[in-house]
Amino acid sequence: MNALILRISARYLSPILIGVSVLLLLRGHNDPGGGFIGGLLAASAMSLLALAHGTASARRSLRVDPRTLIAVGLLLALTSGFPALFGGREWLTGMWTLPELPLIGAIPLGTPLWFDVGIYISVVGFTLTIVFALSENDEEEAV
Amino acid sequence: MEMLLPIVLTLLAAALSPLLRHISGRWGGWIASVLPAGLFVFFLSQLPTVQAGGERTFSVTWIPSLGISLAFRLDGLSLLFALLIAGVGTLVVIYAGGYLGGHPHRGRFYAFLFLFMSSMLGVVLADNLFLLFVFWELTSVASFLLIGFSHEKEEARRSALQALLITGLGGLAMMAGFILIAIAGGTSEVSELLSRGDLLRSHELYLPALLLLLLGAFTKSAQAPFHFWLPGAMAAPAPVSAYLHSATMVKAGVYLLARLNPALGGTDEWHYLLTLAGGATMVIGALLAGPQTDLKRLLGYSTVSALGMLVMLIGLSTDLAAKAALVFLVVHSLYKAALFMVAGTIDHETGTRDVRQLHGLMRVMPFTAIAAVLAALSMTGFPPLLGFIGKELMYEAKMQAPSASLFLLIAGVLANAVNIAVAILSGMRPFIGRGKHHPAQAHEGTLTLWLGPLILGLSGLLLGLFPDLIGIPLIEPAVRSVRAEHVDVDLALWHGINPVLLLSILTIVVGVVLYLLRHRARDASARLRVPELLLPGGVYRRMIAALPAFSGRLVGVIHNGNLRSYLFTIITVFLILAARTFVDLADWPVLSRLGDVEFYSVGLVVLMIAATLMVVASRTRLAAVAALGVLGFGIAALYVIYSAPDLAITQILVETLTVVIFLFVIRHLPRFGERSPRPTQFRDGVIAVLSGTMVALFSLKASGVQMDSAISSYFAENSVPAAYGRNVVNVILVDFRALDTLGEATVLAVAAIGVYAMIKLRKHHGRRAG
Repeated sequence: MNALILRISARYLSPILIGVSVLLLLRGHNDPGGGFIGGLLAASAMSLLALAHGTASARRSLRVDPRTLIAVGLLLALTSGFPALFGGREWLTGMWTLPELPLIGAIPLGTPLWFDVGIYISVVGFTLTIVFALSENDEEEAV
Repeated sequence: MEMLLPIVLTLLAAALSPLLRHISGRWGGWIASVLPAGLFVFFLSQLPTVQAGGERTFSVTWIPSLGISLAFRLDGLSLLFALLIAGVGTLVVIYAGGYLGGHPHRGRFYAFLFLFMSSMLGVVLADNLFLLFVFWELTSVASFLLIGFSHEKEEARRSALQALLITGLGGLAMMAGFILIAIAGGTSEVSELLSRGDLLRSHELYLPALLLLLLGAFTKSAQAPFHFWLPGAMAAPAPVSAYLHSATMVKAGVYLLARLNPALGGTDEWHYLLTLAGGATMVIGALLAGPQTDLKRLLGYSTVSALGMLVMLIGLSTDLAAKAALVFLVVHSLYKAALFMVAGTIDHETGTRDVRQLHGLMRVMPFTAIAAVLAALSMTGFPPLLGFIGKELMYEAKMQAPSASLFLLIAGVLANAVNIAVAILSGMRPFIGRGKHHPAQAHEGTLTLWLGPLILGLSGLLLGLFPDLIGIPLIEPAVRSVRAEHVDVDLALWHGINPVLLLSILTIVVGVVLYLLRHRARDASARLRVPELLLPGGVYRRMIAALPAFSGRLVGVIHNGNLRSYLFTIITVFLILAARTFVDLADWPVLSRLGDVEFYSVGLVVLMIAATLMVVASRTRLAAVAALGVLGFGIAALYVIYSAPDLAITQILVETLTVVIFLFVIRHLPRFGERSPRPTQFRDGVIAVLSGTMVALFSLKASGVQMDSAISSYFAENSVPAAYGRNVVNVILVDFRALDTLGEATVLAVAAIGVYAMIKLRKHHGRRAG
């Protein structure tokens, strides 16, 4: 009974939580949130899925190995420093552009967002690497 | 900019090389050779500039605060080395195409080879000590990968590690030496240092700097007692030995000494250290080469001997010695690379490298035989090959040596004679002999396998007949770099009948006699067994074997696997250090600020205290975790009250994840009821209360201290105008202090991989045991 509630709520909650986590990531520069928090929330959502539906199912929903996410995330954060080098500035200096968008107006887009996306992905990666390893361990020994 | 191009292009080639595995072996080699051939032409085109006394430089700032720049400079000495690196590199790459054939990992091989070529070019073009150091260490890394290319063989892995450890440790010592030189000379730019020789030589740091630097140069160039890694590195594929262990990497140490000669050379210390180490290495290498029967080990030990000669010549610090060193450097690179390739071809086509089993191969391997004989003749110093000129110069330099000239000459004749025997044994003996050739299945290699050695062998002959081809355009500018003044270089085959010529003849006669007596010499050396443990190689092996046992014991003491004991150590140490700081701070925290606390904060704190007591008192683990959760959410609520929403969200998420992780491990934990004995509980309780009190006092103290607010107000003021963000916490994380964040993320990544490995490995072990 409990498991049923958990399974169904997890199925609907996880996508919402992931959506919120992306929102948190994007708004992080001006309001509470950011890559670290967003990443933790996304990882929690996936952990919930693993708890309710099993790790194999959660891994399928994630599609990529969380260990790959660690590497991709760190690489993104690392490379976000390079545009500054080409601009003749110190590595990891925030570089900004202010593109005019129709209806919305000018929005500041910068390498810190790129960096934060990297942090988001790597946080998801290393949290889930640990969570999935532990949950698989648990499931195998339970059988 | 053009100075940077060869290095960058080669590095790029390394990145693209894995694609070569899609191309058949032989063609892969030809295609890959385009780059080094192009570089060779490029460096040739620089000859007129350099010959006229000019040089090419390129520099961009790198770490201005330390005065370190990405400075490159091409002068006579650099050009000589660059031409060898690119020229021999071209032939080796072509050769590798035939040697590796359809090897599944040939793409990887070229990648390693180009990585090495790029870093070696960096070593000889760098004009900053620390830039040179970076490339220097990169060559060690590339050499590790190349020696260990056949990584499925235990010997290859062990030799690769041995070469890396020895040259790497030497490199670190050299780095320390570089730092001292930079302090003494006031700059790390090589070209600047060269003009500050008097300052450096009279500085009190001169001797320590020199000793450290020599450790780097001697390990890299296989000087005794560090010579043993080089014969060990013969486990590498033949193209690697032909490239790294003859013409390039092992000469890096020689390059460094020649390069810094104007800055550090000319002192007594320099003279004695270099001639002694070089002379000893020259003799030791020759003596160890004598009894070898494996083609590559023969050549490896004779390379050790040749490197000793080079170091000794630089130590002599005369114009003539510098000239002799540079000519011999070219001579040795040409014949040794050729002979290594020939050894590889023989191994490839006959299946053995044992000289006792090879003879009469001339008829089946005519091109290889011509290449080998030409190279071997150059090695024996036979006229009219370039090797003859090299040896004449060497003897002349020794005769005019400032001291111990007789001793050097005797050692030189002895070492050269053994090397002549080695040359006959490795370059001629396998090909001559009447009757049936042996082994029976032997046949000539493909064009790619004999082209390189043949070109090298022929250039030894050509340059011997027309020494002016390299004398004035190449050797003269290089000698100018080493001596820091113009020195006329006039190379000639015939000097008339003089003592030097008689010495050359004597050497050849002794060498041939040694060759004829080789069986007796081998028996004698077999009887004369030095205990392995006394040899440098044995000492190294013992140290390497003892290291794991030592660290195992050490880890057993400080890292015993008991989480509680770690916590105990960490918290106790913190307590002691914190208490010490507190005593120093005279005034005690002011408690008057406690007045403006809201009632709900008080309620929250009471709840948290109650939760803490429950954690301690609970009888089941689940209850303890739940209580701990209450505590965590309480902290989050406090963050909200004190308007730190980012911290609050993070705290809540971490609490949630902790519960989730706990759910996964709860069944695997030991029974909760097992408690420590009373005294231990009491001790832990006291420490817990003390550390809690200490943290609380610290917080109070911190809120009372007037900190320098410049930083925080800077962040607050610049967050919106400079970083376009109103959330200062996030702006600090991703912009102002992004490097810290990146470092922390990397730490977390490493921790995650560690946890993953521990979980998976434990299971693996369990399965194996069960």
